[in-house]
Parts: sequence; C-alpha cells; structure tokens
Amino acid sequence: MEVCSAVDVKCIKSNSTLREFGCEQSLLSRPDGSASFIQGDTSVMAAVYGPAEVKVSKEIYDRATLEVVIQAKVGLPSVKERSQEQCVRETCEASLLMLLHPRSSLTLILQVLHDHGSLLACFLNAACMALMDAGLPMSCLFCGVTCAIASDGQITMDPTAVQEKESRAVLTFAIDSTEQKVMMSSTKGSFSVQELHECIALSQKASENIFKFYRVSVQRRYSKTL
Amino acid sequence: MESCLKGRVGEVLLPGDVFRLARTETTISLSDPEPDPLRTQKVVCGPGLRRDGDHVVVSCKSGVLKHKQPNMYWVDSQQRRYVPAKGESVIGIITAKSGDVFKVDVGGSEQASLSYLAFEGATKRNRPNVQVGDLVYAQLIIANKDMEPELVCIDSSGRANGMGVFGAGGLLFKVSLGLVRRLLTPQNEIVKGLEKLFPCELVLGMNGRVWVRAATVQKTLIVANLLESSENMTAQQRPILFKRVADGNLQIKKEGGRERDMESE
Repeated sequence: MEVCSAVDVKCIKSNSTLREFGCEQSLLSRPDGSASFIQGDTSVMAAVYGPAEVKVSKEIYDRATLEVVIQAKVGLPSVKERSQEQCVRETCEASLLMLLHPRSSLTLILQVLHDHGSLLACFLNAACMALMDAGLPMSCLFCGVTCAIASDGQITMDPTAVQEKESRAVLTFAIDSTEQKVMMSSTKGSFSVQELHECIALSQKASENIFKFYRVSVQRRYSKTL
Repeated sequence: MESCLKGRVGEVLLPGDVFRLARTETTISLSDPEPDPLRTQKVVCGPGLRRDGDHVVVSCKSGVLKHKQPNMYWVDSQQRRYVPAKGESVIGIITAKSGDVFKVDVGGSEQASLSYLAFEGATKRNRPNVQVGDLVYAQLIIANKDMEPELVCIDSSGRANGMGVFGAGGLLFKVSLGLVRRLLTPQNEIVKGLEKLFPCELVLGMNGRVWVRAATVQKTLIVANLLESSENMTAQQRPILFKRVADGNLQIKKEGGRERDMESE
C-alpha cells in the first residue's frame, strides 16, 4: 500500500516524532536469542528458543512451527493478549524463512515490563531484535509503529497511554525494511480512508528511523568481535 | 568486479541487505556450456547469504561480512543454537541405545544417530563400550534440513583420528558458536594465552560445547571460567585478565590452600 507524497502537506500539523527508544540484545543467558526494547516508558523483554525439537502434534512437515506467547505484567493471558499474539506471529511468519528449518519449533516469548502506550509496536520491535539475536534466517526486518488520531484529526506518532485513551482511533502497523510496505495492521476506532493513508505514510517515514536504530544497535553489539 | 560485496567486507550486515552483482560476476551456474574467461569471477555464498535470482545476493542473518580468497563470502554471526552442518565435528551426549544405533544429542533440533559400527575396530561381534550419558566427539556425515543427522567416530580410512568416547574427568560446558569458531582459528590469541597459563586438554565442538581437562579440578574450573568470560571481552581486556590469573596462581602456589581466591578469578 504505497502512499504518494501528496500527504506530506498535511504531515505538518501532525506530531510525527517518536519517543526515544532503546534496545539491548542477548541479555538473557538461557534462551537462544533475547532482547529488551524500550519506547519511552513502555518496555518489553523478548526471548527466542529454537530451532528446537517439536511436538508431533504441532509438527509441520515442510516448515518450522512458530509459537508466540505474550506474558502480561500481572494476571492470566486474556483475549487481548491472544489477539496481540496472533498479530506478532503473523508478522514474524512473513519475515522468517521458515522453510529452512522444517519440523522444528520456534518459540517467542514476550514479557511486558511496563505498558505506557504503543505496546503492540513495542512487541514487534522487541520480537524482531530477539529473532535477529537468535540468528534465525529472515528475508527482511520489520518494525512496529503506532499512530493515534485525536478527535480533531491530529495524528500522534508513538502515543503514550494517556494519548491513546483520549484518541478517536489507534492504528498499529508492521513495516518491512526492504520495501517499507505494510506487513500487518491492527486498528481500533473509526477513521476515514484519507486518515488511514496519512497514518501509513507517517509510519513508513518513522520506520526509517527505527531501522537506522536497529543497524546502530547491532553494529554496537558486534563491535567487540570486529 | 565484486565491488559491492568486497567493499563491505568487515561491516555489520542485517537481514535483508541486498547486493546487486554486475553481469560478469554471476553466482555459479551449472548449466553454462562453455565458461567465458571474462566471467571467471563467480561468487560463492556461505552461511547467512542467500541467492535471489542470478544477480542478487541477500543477507538473511545479522553479523559481520567475511571474505576468503578468491571469492567466498559469508556472514559471521553470534548464535547460540546449533544447526547441524555436514562435515563439522561436534561433541554429543549419548541419550539412548536402540538396536544397532545410538541416539546422540548434538544440540540441534533433532537427535543424531550414530551406528555402533562407526567406531574404530568395531565389528558385529566386538561392540564398542558406549553407555547412555557418555560424551562422544564425532563428525557429521549426513546433515541437511530434511533428514536425521548422522554421526561417525571414524574417518574415511577407518581410523579414530581423535574421535570417539571421552575418558573420565574433565568438564563440559556451553559457549556461543561464534566463540568456538574464534577459538578454532589457527594461532588464536585466547588459546595461546591459555597454553601459557596451564597445560590442558581442550576439545571444541562446532555445536558450542567445550570440554576441558587440566591437571586438577581447580585448574579445569579456571580454564572454563576464562573461556566463558573471554566471550564478552575485547582483545585489550583479555591479556590483562590472563595476567591477573597467572599472578594470582603464583601467589596460591606460594601460600598454599587459598582455593577461594582461585575460584573467584
């Protein structure tokens, strides 16, 4: 879903800056890959196990089985977590080269450390960093960007929990790194087609910054072995 | 000729980084009837690089791009999980005996099989003495994504050649696959440093398992701790630590019985 540059004129009125973000890779010793991702006050920890042995009931004969588990900060997993799990899993499945590890299991565990808005985007970013850390073959990277549309039509990128609550609609996109196309979208609330296009254009622009950050972060990690 | 790949050797790549090769440097094509002398510069893609059509190479792992003369390229990444690859030597743990094969855990997604005839001097009458729980150093002769991996403890001429069941004593521990590959490079600084400290037996499996045996249990533990800590150290920090251990060790010899200090090193 490419959006032309005509939208750029309207971008001026929107608040298009992301909150500051940070990341740490391979911080856990037991999983095969791990990462923590922080966006403003939102913080998520991700761990990846695999390719490992798979249960016969979950075995797929020509590709790997990916399981995503989201652990809430408190309480048991509910419908909300389940739907987020599905969003993350489908995005990961699209970017991972699962055909290279048939009959094996990949497990991705996402632990919420603190939720202060744009949680799904943070899940996606943490998942991508953890999958990269585990060294699983991927065709491209992905990142998550959340936009909130306020009642007056103002678009806020990477909203906080308060901004999300006050907004008319919240949209989260997963953007891929090679063509900046939308891999997944999750929306809540009502918005016009025009607003959807604006949000996608803004997210694609913001994703450039996130991918730049990914590169710097990985470069720093490998700096000791260069 | 291989400008776009060569120019980025030593740089950090991310999955999805694309390299477009010029027409003269296509990846190897098997169907070319008469190779053009101008097209001799063909690119061989190693782990972490993937061909996408005839003239495009895409990376699929994050890591450092490496190059070997004349035209081999691969991505060196720090992984923990082992994916069996043909020809690699690994340390396995025997998990089961079933009929005429042993099941061996090599750290991959599937257990490998090891025939009882694949030991030096083994015959149908004369079975090797291997028990469940034993460690073996073996080589993978079959390893691909669609088949069960298969191990042997002999080379092509039927000799053990250093492979087989481990003796008593020693310590097995896990490090990252990147560290094992670093340790196995010829004239490695870490191995050289260890050699100066203590004489020890060191077995490195490409699956990230390392087995150490030194003169005493304490020395074995020190070597294991040194190897584990050298994972996250720069080339400058390492000699400092090795020197500290060497000095500390001398002190212990003088005073005797200061085991606790040794452990903490």
